[in-house]
Amino acid sequence: MTTATTDADAAAVRRAIAGTERPPRPGPLQTALTFGWRGMLKVKHVPEQLLDVTVTPVMFLLMFTYLFGGAIAGSTSAYLDYTLPGLLVMSVLFTTVYSGVALNTDLTKGVVDRFRSLPIWRPAPLLGSLLGDSVRYVIAGTVLITVGVLLGYRPDAGVTGAVAALALVVVFSFGLSWVFSVLGLLLRSPNAVMNAGFMAIFPLTFLSNVFVDPATLPGPLQAFVDVNPISILATASRSLMAGEPDVPAILVSLAVAAALALVFLPITTRLYRSR
Amino acid sequence: MALHAPLAVEATALTKSYGTTTAVSGLDLAVPAGTVYGVLGPNGAGKTTTIRMLATLIRPDSGSARVLGHDVVTEADAVRAQVSLTGQLASVDEELTGRENLVLLGRLLGLSRAGARARADELLEAFGIAAAAGKLVKHYSGGMRRRLDIAASIVVTPRLMFLDEPTTGLDPRSRNQVWEIARALVAGGTTILLCTQYLEEADQLADGIAVIDRGRVIAEGTPAQLKASVGTGALHVRLLDPDRRPDAADVLDRALGPVSLEPDPAVLSATCPDPARAATAVAELARTGIGLAHFSLDQPSLDEVFLALTGRGAEEPPGPAPTLEEQTS
Repeated sequence: MTTATTDADAAAVRRAIAGTERPPRPGPLQTALTFGWRGMLKVKHVPEQLLDVTVTPVMFLLMFTYLFGGAIAGSTSAYLDYTLPGLLVMSVLFTTVYSGVALNTDLTKGVVDRFRSLPIWRPAPLLGSLLGDSVRYVIAGTVLITVGVLLGYRPDAGVTGAVAALALVVVFSFGLSWVFSVLGLLLRSPNAVMNAGFMAIFPLTFLSNVFVDPATLPGPLQAFVDVNPISILATASRSLMAGEPDVPAILVSLAVAAALALVFLPITTRLYRSR
Repeated sequence: MALHAPLAVEATALTKSYGTTTAVSGLDLAVPAGTVYGVLGPNGAGKTTTIRMLATLIRPDSGSARVLGHDVVTEADAVRAQVSLTGQLASVDEELTGRENLVLLGRLLGLSRAGARARADELLEAFGIAAAAGKLVKHYSGGMRRRLDIAASIVVTPRLMFLDEPTTGLDPRSRNQVWEIARALVAGGTTILLCTQYLEEADQLADGIAVIDRGRVIAEGTPAQLKASVGTGALHVRLLDPDRRPDAADVLDRALGPVSLEPDPAVLSATCPDPARAATAVAELARTGIGLAHFSLDQPSLDEVFLALTGRGAEEPPGPAPTLEEQTS
C-alpha cells in the first residue's frame, strides 16, 4: 500500500468542482432501484441482519411441527403438509414488520434529509427500500421451504408450486409492508414500531387457518378466521403448493395487497416528506 | 461586494413555529449570488430551521422565500435541483462506505453507473479520502466525515450550497481544510449560505453576515462593520510582579485605551482596536522594564457581539478557552 494523502487538495477540489454539468434527472424506476441497491449494500456490510429472516422461520417450523403436529394432525408429517404453506405466510409477513423498524431507524439519521433535499421522485426512497426488503422476504420464504423439504415436506406441484406460492406471499407482503412503513413514520422509536407491529400481526396470524383447521373453532371466531386476509392468503398458498390453484383466494390476496399499497403508499410518501 | 448582484436567496418575513415555540419569527434575508453569506447566531437562534425552510425540507408557516429565483413552496423541485445541503443536518450514510455514498448520490442525480463511479473516485482523491474509500463511514474521523459530507454535496456542483455549522467539533487542521474547500467552491461560482456560531468562521469566509437572535435578524453587514460595531478585542497581561501593576496600567492606557484591573492582582487588560498596537504596547512594557508572565489577545467572541447588539449574552456561547489567569494562582 502506498501512503495516500489524507488532506483535501485545493487544486484538485477546484478541478472537481469545475468539471460537472448537471445530468438529466433519472427516471422513477432507476431512482427506486438505486435505493434498493442501498438496502442490499447494508445487508452486504452487516450480513448478521439476515438472522431474523433465516433463523426465526426455521425456529417456528421446528416448534410448531414437532410440538403441535402430533396433537393437532395425528402425526408430524401430516401436520407439516397442512401447516408449511401457512408457516410460509407467517414467516414472510413477520419480516414485513422489520421493514417499518428499519425505516424508523433510518429516519433518525441525517442522510434522510439529504435524500429529501434531492430533486428525485418522492416515493423512491420508500419504494426502493421495500424493493430491497422484498429480497429479504424471498430469503425468508426460501429458507422455510428448504427446511420443510429437508423435514420431508413434498409439495404436490413440485418446485413450480413452491415458487408460485412464494411469489404470491412476497407480493402480498410488499403490499402489507406499506402499513408498517406508516407505523415506522408515525411512531417515535424502532422499538415502538416493533411492538405495535407484532401486536397487530401476531393475533391476525394466529386467528387464521395457518395452524389449525377452522372447522373446530366456535362460530364467531370461525367467521372471523374465514374473512381474515391471512387465512385467504394461506389457502391460496396451499392451493398453489398442491397444484390445484384456488383462483378466487389468489385474486382476493392480490386485491388486498394492491388495496393496501394504494391506500398506504400515498400516506407514507406524505409522512416522509413532512417529517 | 456588488450591491446590485442578483440574489441567490431572498426571504421575506419567514416564520416557523413548533407548538408554542417560535423558531423563526419574521426573518428577512438577502444573499447576493456568488458570495459567502454568514448567518451567525447561538444555538436555538433559528439558523437550522431557516436553512430547512430554504432547502425545502419544511414549509414556512408564513412569509415567503425564493432560492435562485424559485419559490421554496410552489417550486420546491426546481429549488432542489440547484442546491445542496451539508453539515449538521444533512449527512452521509454511516452504514455504507465513503465510495458507496458518493456513487449512490451520483446515481440518484442521474449519472450513469460508470459516470457515478468515476466521479466518486475523482472526489475521493480531491478530498483526501481515497485511502479510506472502502471503509464504512461510521469508522471515519470527524474531519474525514465532514469532507465526505461536502464531497457528497458537490457530486453535481450546486449553484447554492447550505453549509450548516460545517466545522463544529473539528480540530483546527480539519477546520482549515473545510474552509479551503468552501473558498474553492465560491471561486468556482457557487453561492454559500453559511450558518455558524463562530464569529471567527464568519469572519474568515463570509462577505456578508446576518446576526440572528430568537428567529430574527438583529444586525447585518460585512464582517468588518460588524466587528467595528461590537468594539474590539482586548489585550490581557499577567505581570511577574503584582506591585508594578499601576505602572503597567499607565503604559497600556497610553498605548491602547481604557484599562481594567482584574481581580487577580497581577492581571490587567486593555481594549485593543488593532493587533499592531497591542504589539507596540507589549514592547513598551518590556522597554519600561515590567516583566510579563503571560499576555494574550482576544478576538471579540460571539458572546461579545451579542452583548453589544442585544445587551445580553448569547444563551449558549461557545466556551472561551480558559486563559492562564484561570489556571495559575
